[in-house]
Amino acid sequence: MTELTVNGTRHRFDGDPLTPLLWYLRDELALSGTRFGCGAGLCGCCTVHIDGAAARACSVAVGDIDGKVVTTIEGLGGTVLHPLQKAWIQLDVPQCGYCQSGQIMQAAALLAGNPAPTDPDIDDAMSGNICRCGTYPRIRAAIKAVASGSHAGLAPPPGGQLAATAKPVP
Amino acid sequence: MSTQPQTLGRRGFAFGISALAGLVAALPPMPSQAAGSTPSPNESKQQHPEVTVWVVIEPDDTTIIRVARSEMGQGSMTALPMLVAEELECDWALVRAEYVLASDNLARGRPWGDMVTAASLAIRASHAYLRKAGAQARTMLIDEAAARWGVGADACVAKNSVVTHIPTGRTLRYGALAQAASARAIPPNVPLKRPQDWQVIGRPLARLDTVEKVTARPIYASDVRLPGMLHAAVAACPARGGRIGHFDAQQVLAMPGVRQVVAVDNNAVAVVAASWWQAKKALDALSIVWDESSADGSAGLELSTEPLARMFRAGLDASDVAIGRRRGDIDAALATAATLVQADYEAPYLAHATMEPQTCTAHVTAQGAQVWAPTQNGEGTLLVVAQTLGIDPSRVVVHKHHLGGGFGRRGLAQDWARQAVLIAREVDAPVKMIWSREEDVRHDLYRPFCVARHTAGFDRAGRLIGWKTRLCGSSISDALARDRLKNGEDHEMMSGFLEEDMVYDVPNIEVGYVMRNTAVPVCFWRGVNHTQNGYFREAFVDEMARARGQDPYLFRRDLLAHSPRSLAVLDEVARRANWGRQHAGVHQGIAIVESYESVCAHVIDLSIDAAGQPTVHRVVCAIDSGYVVNPAIVTAQMQGAVAFGLGAALDGEITLHKGRVQQSNFHDYPVLRMNQMPPVETYLVPSADRYSAKWGGIGEPGVPPIAPALANAVFAATGRPVRSLPLSRHPLAPT
Ligand code: FES
Ligand code: FES
Repeated sequence: MTELTVNGTRHRFDGDPLTPLLWYLRDELALSGTRFGCGAGLCGCCTVHIDGAAARACSVAVGDIDGKVVTTIEGLGGTVLHPLQKAWIQLDVPQCGYCQSGQIMQAAALLAGNPAPTDPDIDDAMSGNICRCGTYPRIRAAIKAVASGSHAGLAPPPGGQLAATAKPVP
Repeated sequence: MSTQPQTLGRRGFAFGISALAGLVAALPPMPSQAAGSTPSPNESKQQHPEVTVWVVIEPDDTTIIRVARSEMGQGSMTALPMLVAEELECDWALVRAEYVLASDNLARGRPWGDMVTAASLAIRASHAYLRKAGAQARTMLIDEAAARWGVGADACVAKNSVVTHIPTGRTLRYGALAQAASARAIPPNVPLKRPQDWQVIGRPLARLDTVEKVTARPIYASDVRLPGMLHAAVAACPARGGRIGHFDAQQVLAMPGVRQVVAVDNNAVAVVAASWWQAKKALDALSIVWDESSADGSAGLELSTEPLARMFRAGLDASDVAIGRRRGDIDAALATAATLVQADYEAPYLAHATMEPQTCTAHVTAQGAQVWAPTQNGEGTLLVVAQTLGIDPSRVVVHKHHLGGGFGRRGLAQDWARQAVLIAREVDAPVKMIWSREEDVRHDLYRPFCVARHTAGFDRAGRLIGWKTRLCGSSISDALARDRLKNGEDHEMMSGFLEEDMVYDVPNIEVGYVMRNTAVPVCFWRGVNHTQNGYFREAFVDEMARARGQDPYLFRRDLLAHSPRSLAVLDEVARRANWGRQHAGVHQGIAIVESYESVCAHVIDLSIDAAGQPTVHRVVCAIDSGYVVNPAIVTAQMQGAVAFGLGAALDGEITLHKGRVQQSNFHDYPVLRMNQMPPVETYLVPSADRYSAKWGGIGEPGVPPIAPALANAVFAATGRPVRSLPLSRHPLAPT
């Protein structure tokens, strides 16, 4: 019997203690925002917080986190959007979107421990999270926007400008 | 448990376009949706009357614009509605996008046209009828308002979802007009706006699907939850062409949650359980004896990388050549040339590795089948399901979900849909099948391994007078779309060298392709044959430039002197990249490839450290897509294309040993990560209709030039051409 708190709700689990947290969240708790990408800790799609630290839910057995507090993307902002989610929206970060729950959870853990990350800090923290669509430039920009507190006033998503006025887009 | 007889060959699950069209034509009308079905969150629910089949306006003015193509990250769900909205004159803030059901499309005689989402054609192929539909709907709304007021329609204007009678200033909202407007006849001929009058097209509008993607909405097929649903994990024979030898289902049936063990065709085994993890655990515990005796290719060819490569290389000397292009007299030109430059190139098999592994949920009952699918082609999935089950297509409903990546894996290749319904057919419940990542990498259909041989001849004055290219590899069309073959020849394998997509001006040219098909399945891969051929071509252009002692940019300028469209893109990228003016130790590579009616060029800035480790510092991109619907989406697609293509060029390689793919997950099939992602500067240089009336694609054209830009930067740094990929194969000496 394992007891754990997920997004503020206590749960008891008496299934196979080796069940990865990912599949407990997805199949039993219907929290499908935490996504499966590799099952081996290699891609970061399944990133959640366990007692506040980023963890790969595919590689953590439920039986090993008795008494711990788990936060998933569904619980990240409570009843409102987390500042990172707002920045993600304002910068139109996602493409297919499949990796983005994991990216946001990883970024949230980064900012919780380091409110003003440098580019190398971002590389260190985020390079375990693959995005096959290549949204990395906007992920970086969104993290920096939140770190600098500028996300609230962000203009519409960055766009390439047309011909004559063409300017590089970060 | 005995295995089922194989009902279809490997090719059986791939529909060609003509096969599809034939089936579509023969379809009877069908009910739009099976009773008790669970739609996808973005599926059209058809609440209110249609003002044309593309537009539904609710009483509160909410404007639903339907999308027939698929959203896989490339922005269709936003850019396609923009085309309708441009002419509809609706308030963009009120727009919602919804998928058309494939079954509705078939039942109603395909009013939404083609649903295929491939070849970067979502906008290219549908901009005309989508803009027209918007104009028709606007006309119907204005006519309705004018009729109510008893005034002429030409005294009325529509703007922001409101019709105004100009002389009196009276107004009516679209929401108040839509019901009656929907009953009006659709005007056949409506003028479209001139590009200079566009208000929506060309703006970097926010995507319509962002909020649901950052707030964990269950939008993907792998998120589907149905009452009583079970979960399936699958293992196919690890060796290509092999089959099930023996397994004993009793071994795992007592394990927690396990309900059934199902043989799929004769080459895969699925365990069905209450949760995916239980299914996977039981599958791993099941001892399956595979019969790999038939894993050799039909010609007795060993399916290992080296024998395969030898066979393809030998094809370069073969005589069964399909000629894709011939200009002048290549043999005479090369015979008289003062200088010859020759080089052979190779590109590896590559996997798609969509972020969401292959998945499909299916419910098969006596009444028919429903599937919940991440598909690039809703109708294709529907027909594959019908064919697999041997039922009438009218009894199949496909619920389309956003794709967790497509890249060509989920279009004509519908192997995953076939597997899902074959499993679900044996189970008295809906079943969600998810492949492990290992299954996904090992049982992908790959970008073909290809080889090239170039011979170029220069006259005494140093002018390029002849260029001959031979290509060899496995034909994608032969595997997946045989109707695209011309007299058995696959000219698409020569993309990037053909009349329409290689504009370099060379007086004598010959391009030929030798088809060598094997049991290793091949498939469209983002950018398709332009990717390996773009690399072969553009890397060799740098070799030619160097042989002539010329700058690679200026060498290309000469060859493009009569191709203003490509030249403009090349000049833009060189100018923006400060071509030729880099700090010591930074080397640049340039490449340009025309594909999907767009022209894209990249410049890479690269350095190589003392340990031989390359770093890409920056990518500068210039793209001419003809028109630009949404510049923010174009920019994102260029960044994404760089990440996709650069990762593959640096590290991507699928190898085989005796039919078994040797890679399995992201540790041995690495893809680009954040710390490798260079800044990408994107410059849009849309030429509109200056050179053609076509609208260029966006999802793919950014991929083909990136590998050769990398190879050329390394060539500049080391003085040694990069004649095979990935780059990780090559030890890079310090500069
Ligand atoms: S699914 Fe957990 S790290 Fe990839
Ligand atoms: S947005 Fe598609 S994988 Fe990241």
